[in-house]
Parts: sequence; structure tokens; C-alpha cells
Amino acid sequence: MINKIVQSLAEAMAGIRDGAVVLIGGFGSIGQPNALIEGLIEQGAADLTVVANNAGVGHLGLARLMEVGRVRKIICSYPRTTDPVVFESLYRAGKIELEVMPQGTMAERMRAAGAGIPAFYTPTSVGTLLAEGREVREFRGRRYVLEEAFHGDVALVEAWEADRWGNLTYKSSARNFNPVMATAAALTIAQAQHIVALGDLDPERIHTPGIYVDRVMHVPYGEPTVT
Amino acid sequence: MNMKAKLSGLANCKPWTREEIAARAARDIPEGFYVNLGIGIPVLVANYIPPEREVVIQSENGILGMGPEPPPDQINRWLINASKRYVTLVPGGSYVHHADSFAMIRGGHLDLCVLGAFQVAVNGDFANWSKSPTDMPSVGGAMDLAVGAKSVWLVMDHTTKDGESKLLRRCTYPLTAVGVATRIYTNLAVLDVAGDAFAVREMVPGLTFAGLQDVTDAPLKMAA
Repeated sequence: MINKIVQSLAEAMAGIRDGAVVLIGGFGSIGQPNALIEGLIEQGAADLTVVANNAGVGHLGLARLMEVGRVRKIICSYPRTTDPVVFESLYRAGKIELEVMPQGTMAERMRAAGAGIPAFYTPTSVGTLLAEGREVREFRGRRYVLEEAFHGDVALVEAWEADRWGNLTYKSSARNFNPVMATAAALTIAQAQHIVALGDLDPERIHTPGIYVDRVMHVPYGEPTVT
Repeated sequence: MNMKAKLSGLANCKPWTREEIAARAARDIPEGFYVNLGIGIPVLVANYIPPEREVVIQSENGILGMGPEPPPDQINRWLINASKRYVTLVPGGSYVHHADSFAMIRGGHLDLCVLGAFQVAVNGDFANWSKSPTDMPSVGGAMDLAVGAKSVWLVMDHTTKDGESKLLRRCTYPLTAVGVATRIYTNLAVLDVAGDAFAVREMVPGLTFAGLQDVTDAPLKMAA
């Protein structure tokens, strides 16, 4: 019997190594898997490279992971968010590396990784600092920048519902990067508000099929309180 | 000309407020347009699209058909816009994930994006993500939107707080995209990008063309 549901955060985080590239879902803190991030802090892996849209809000989740000194480098599109207090002080002190990536390029690089596409050309960032050092090629009279697929060692995602095969649904705009990241990592771990019986999810409405998911942790935390 | 003399041309006019700039831009968005609104003044544009005019608003975090902020007792805490504020979904709206959202953006399906900017140049180059290497750069979805949407409008103040023109011959800040901006709504005027100059379509009441040129580094001409 396939059963991806784990009973503890320790089990969920088992095997994550120092130096891992960790993809963390969410936009602001909506769809950010805070319980899994707490589990990762407990687990202790350090020297991490984290990919997330923002650089943490307040002292919650991703911000706390940075605050306790586990993140060597963050790759994100928009570090300046509602309340990036932790990131800002680390950044000003030179204690964290930042790589800024256009949001769509970030999403597509992970999509490509999950889809077996090693690289692609995009019009985004042509003629800007963020295209420096990248190959530029013209197609049908327009210039494009070559971007490579971006693979994670681990993806941490927040789902709404899950079953024991790891099929997932998401809620409203909390979907954001989660389904993309779920496809792009060697180990994908989901936290879900609701665990349902196999067969109870409407197959027409499954957003992430279980093939992309390795472990599921039931975290019925209620409603997010900050954005 | 010194700054004081430059600004004297503005003495007889009342610059538009943020809300008035947003309202002015909203007036020009046709029915049926699919539109993305950036962080800052651009998101305010949604408040001024007349309810009888169907315009579909996209938010890059995966919302197509975004509605206004909900009343406090009807908040869906999983539904926020790109500015991380609670919003609603209109009937007919849908959710997609980030890669699909940006496929929509880059794939040329949006009719328009409205963005804020630090600087814009006569050739349509603009800068809105970083003022210096020491500044914390935050690009978000701006570079994707700028090259993906069929039209790019900028809403911005005409000058910095110190009176420096934000409408330039060439941008000095790192670019967001090359040659894509088509229309600018500032607190003083509505202008089109016209290659060698900005073409003035409208000015705030009381402002003269000469007065506007005095506070604008880039050459201006009247729109045909």
C-alpha cells in the first residue's frame, strides 16, 4: 500500500542535508508551509540555499529559518515585502547572499526542471542587468535570454487537501508557486490542512497529482494570520 | 535654470493626487481588456474602472478576475493580491499557479499592464526595480510584465521629491525593460512615448506647455 502520510515533522524532514537547495512555496506568507519550515529548523540542516518569492515576513516561517542562521543564500524575486525585518538586517550585515530573479523566470525555470527541459529562451530581462552573462539569441526578429532549468533538492509546499497518494489541492491564491515547486525537487514534502481518503478528491480538481509528492504531513492550523 | 525658477511654472496648477492619477488612467482602459496592475499607484486604478465596464484584472500570484478588497467580515485569508492585500474573486474568475500565471503574462495574452516607475526615457525604456547597487533590488514580476503585455503604461510622479525630472532622455537607473513603455500618467500630465520626445496629450488645469517642459528633462512636444 502506498502511504505518503507521515506522522511527525521529524519523519517529514528526515534526510535533508546541509547545503541543500530548498524550494519554499508561498507568496508573502500565503501558501508558505510554516509548519514544515519549523520542522526544518528543528531538524537542523544548515548552509541552505532557499528559493522563495519573498524573503520572509515578520519572524514567521522562512523569516525564522533565516533568523536562526540556516540560510546561506536566498533566491527570490521580491525581497522588499510587507515586513522583511529579518532579511533586511542580515542583508545589511552581509550575512546572507541575495540573488534576485524575475518572478516569471523563476517560475519557468522550476517548471522546466520539473518537465525535463534543460533550458529555454525568454524575452524577460533582455537588455537589463539581470541578463548579464547570459546568452542572447534572436528569434523572429526579437531578442531572448537563455535561462536554465532550476532544480531543488527539496520542495516544501502548503496544500489545502491531500490523500495518502500525495494528491494535492490548494486554496485560492495560496496555490502560487506550490504546484510548480512540487514538480522541481528531488524530494517534495507537503503540509495539508485536510487529509481525505483515497478517492475522495474529485479527479477533475486535483492540482498536483501524487507522482510529484513524496511525503505529506497533516497540519490543520486554521487560517493564516498575516499576508 | 535653477530649481526654484523651474518650479515656479507650477504655481498656478494643482498636481493630480495619487487617486486622481489612477482615476485618469482608469478612464482610458477599454471594456474587454485583460489588465495587470502593479504595486503602488497602479493597484488603485481598479477602484476607478466604472462598474458597468467589464475589465478583467490579472494578479501575477495566480488570479484572473480579481475583485476589490472585501468587507472585514468577508475576508478569504488565502486570497491576496500582488501587494499582499486581501482581495476578492469576481464571478467568472479563476486561479492558476505561478508558471501558468507568467505564461499568460509572457505569452502576450494581457492587453495592458500598468506599472509604477522611478524613471522613463523618450524611447520607452524604464526603470522601476533598483536605484543603486546598495539598494535592495526587488524586481518581482515587472520584467516579465513589461515584455509580455501588449501595452505598458506607467503611472508615476513627474519629478522626485527634490524636483528632479523622472522623464528623461535616457534612464540612469538599471532598466526594467528596453523600449516598451507607451503611455505615461504623471501628477502633471498624460504623455505618449514618441521616440525622440514625449508627446503631451493632457496637462493638469493651469499648467502651460512651457511650465511642464521646465520640470521635464526630456524634450516634449504636443500630441498631434
